[in-house]
Amino acid sequence: MRPRFVLRAEDPWWRGPLLVLLAAIVTFVVTAALIRWSGGNPIAAFRYMFVNPLQSKFGFTESILSATPLVFTGAAVAIAFRAGYWNIGAEGQLLAGTIGATWFGLHAEGLSPIIAVPGILVAGAVCGAMWAMVPALLRARLGIDEVVTTLLLNPVALLVITGLLNGPWRNSETGFPDSDVIAESAIMPVVWPDTRVHLGLVFGVVVTLGCWWFIGRMTGGLRLRVVGLAPGAARVAGLQVERTLLTTALVSGGIAGMGGASEIAGVAHQLTIGISSGFGYTGVIVATLAALSFIGSLVVALMLGIINVGSFSASRALSIPSTMGEVVQSVLLITVVAALVIQKYRIVWKRGEA
Amino acid sequence: MNSPTPSIWLKDIRKTYGTSVALDGVTLELKPGEVHALVGENGAGKTTLMKTLFGLTQPDAGHIEVDGVTKVIASPRDARIAGIGMVTQHFSLVKTMTVAENLALAEAGLVRVDLVKARRTAEEAAARYGLEVPANAVVAELPVALQQRVEILKALAADCRYLILDEPTSVLGPKDVDSLLDVIERLRDQESMSIVLISHKMKEIERVSDRVSVLRRGAVVASTIATAMTIKELVALMVGGNAAEHVDTTSRPSSQSGAVALAVRGVKVKRPLGGLDDVSFEVRKGEILGIAGVSGNGQSELVDLLSGTLRADEGVVEIDGSIVADPTPSALLAAGVGMLGADRHVAAVHHLAVVENLVLDQLQSVTRLGHLDRGAMTRRCEIAIKEFEIKAMPNQHFGTLSGGNMQKVLLARLFGRSPKVVIIAQPTRGLDVTSTRYVRSLITGARDNGTAIVLVSEDLDEVLELADRVAVMYQGRVAGILHSQEVTREKLGEMMAGVPA
Repeated sequence: MRPRFVLRAEDPWWRGPLLVLLAAIVTFVVTAALIRWSGGNPIAAFRYMFVNPLQSKFGFTESILSATPLVFTGAAVAIAFRAGYWNIGAEGQLLAGTIGATWFGLHAEGLSPIIAVPGILVAGAVCGAMWAMVPALLRARLGIDEVVTTLLLNPVALLVITGLLNGPWRNSETGFPDSDVIAESAIMPVVWPDTRVHLGLVFGVVVTLGCWWFIGRMTGGLRLRVVGLAPGAARVAGLQVERTLLTTALVSGGIAGMGGASEIAGVAHQLTIGISSGFGYTGVIVATLAALSFIGSLVVALMLGIINVGSFSASRALSIPSTMGEVVQSVLLITVVAALVIQKYRIVWKRGEA
Repeated sequence: MNSPTPSIWLKDIRKTYGTSVALDGVTLELKPGEVHALVGENGAGKTTLMKTLFGLTQPDAGHIEVDGVTKVIASPRDARIAGIGMVTQHFSLVKTMTVAENLALAEAGLVRVDLVKARRTAEEAAARYGLEVPANAVVAELPVALQQRVEILKALAADCRYLILDEPTSVLGPKDVDSLLDVIERLRDQESMSIVLISHKMKEIERVSDRVSVLRRGAVVASTIATAMTIKELVALMVGGNAAEHVDTTSRPSSQSGAVALAVRGVKVKRPLGGLDDVSFEVRKGEILGIAGVSGNGQSELVDLLSGTLRADEGVVEIDGSIVADPTPSALLAAGVGMLGADRHVAAVHHLAVVENLVLDQLQSVTRLGHLDRGAMTRRCEIAIKEFEIKAMPNQHFGTLSGGNMQKVLLARLFGRSPKVVIIAQPTRGLDVTSTRYVRSLITGARDNGTAIVLVSEDLDEVLELADRVAVMYQGRVAGILHSQEVTREKLGEMMAGVPA
């Protein structure tokens, strides 16, 4: 008897979530052992990580704030992956977006917020797309693998920021390597009174819903999916594979860049070296955990935001390592990816040769 | 005993895949020190038979005797222990490793990889058999001919006395063929090895083989010493039927009346192997041009050319008398060319539904303001399901359909565009009898409606049944074009095997 994987005829809508739930249970079991090992009480730790942030308005809105950049990067990665363009460079593209946004914000004095707020997002998107352009061209024209090129451009973007902050953009008052604060008019207004949740979240959700609509309803979305699922079939059907890849890569970079602008205009109000705590990389996790579904990536982004906020309080209260939150995220990633692969197939036990 | 005992007996070997019989009670004898040629059409069972001997598949019935003792050969490992080696059509080398490392791997124990010994083996082999290989070169950088030598060396290293070569010359240029044949002769004469040579090329068989066995439809139809038969007799046995067998052409409409719909003129695709060389032909409206040939003689390149995925170095493709200036897939589609590729899995997206696959190459027609018109798509799909007798739901994933239904979906897509010219490759490969009949009736139906059709098939019966004219491809050229009235299986077989007319 040998197992054989057979493609399922149909995908009932509940199977995906069910398997994700199963993956979550496995994650709890595995990470509970690790938390126990590092001297904490797993039940208490999980309560801090997953429940406590939801029990106070402050915890919940901080989680939403923490999820905002992940909404952008999750959508950026998901749309690229859907087209079979493995963009691991959302981090660099987001950082490029922060540069564009900062430049715009520093020059937005005197503009009306009606222009300045969308303007700062566009500036971020343009820079993000530009940062995505070189690997995209290399892939579409010369067939050079984008995983390596997009990944390697990430630290380069950070170096550019470091250079800017130690040179032309050094803070004019303190002399620290932080930029000046951007113009008041370009700052994203808070949309939930008495919290830090800002307009960037709304833009992020709108962009994500736009992607969802495009992929599911529009002809271009079907083209993009065909290119991702079966480039050979796309070519035979007369679709322009290279052009689709190039466009998708630029859009993906643009969305990540908007995420950078949202951080500048919504949270930091100035460019700092630590502006991104790996939002682009976490975007890969968001998209993957959501099985490249856009609605799912909204949920996952919020969930990771909760874990982010929660793991800090857990480490403070229980003196377990604060990186335990990342460990939980990583284990979750592995179990969910396994579950998603299994989801598409059913296992048939067959006698004799495979 | 005085007479040499037959060294390997394959007795009554039977193998079925589902309902199709691959081997129907084959009995074959391999004697020591002989080159035994195994010939037959594609799908006659040659490779399956040899895979059975090498332990890659298990027979449903029958047994194998090695030196008079019945052996169960459950895996290639068992085969090697019994002294049997095989070089398959697809090499199993680690391409990023050097030749010596690959050789060492072949006989590596659990812990030790003996590179020194592997190098020595390579040097000895070079001297003994004329199989020179650069021991320190990385396999990926070697030309195919040398990679093949490494495969042969791997087989020889395990003390092999019976060597199976599955179409070894199909990947080689003429010079390399010569030196391979030299090696085969040397292995036989110096080492008194027994070699099974699967080949389609009569010249090679004539040159080196001592004995020839002909397989047809899973059975041995002849097994004699090579000199006992002429090439023409051999080909006749391969393709079967008697010389009088003609194809009934009376019922067909005259194909000469239609205008030329597709013309290929002087097309060259330059490649070290498997290109196209000065290919020219015309197809008229309401005509089926069959392309026959042993696989690997340029047919798949021709299909790629006409689908726009392969660009010609020289020559042009004309549709309805005008040259397709920039023959990309979309330009050819727009010019009215429809395509059913040889691999139905490549032409469609397994993870998308039937309804989506059905409109993949005509998305504009179901687009309204940039949006997919799901209603129109579903209606179109339901009509296609009814008309083409597809057993599937519109929202079912394409990848879960049976082969016959996949083919019907692709045909529905193809004819849904009402193409002027249709290129169809291996349309019934792997299909059951009912689906085959249905697919063929669709093709003739389209012909009768005035479509110009190019039918590429390795199944001679199919070509003979459907085609109005038959072009035979051999080594990237059109070896000749015959009208169905003058076609006989023998004539085709000879042209396919490269026998000069």
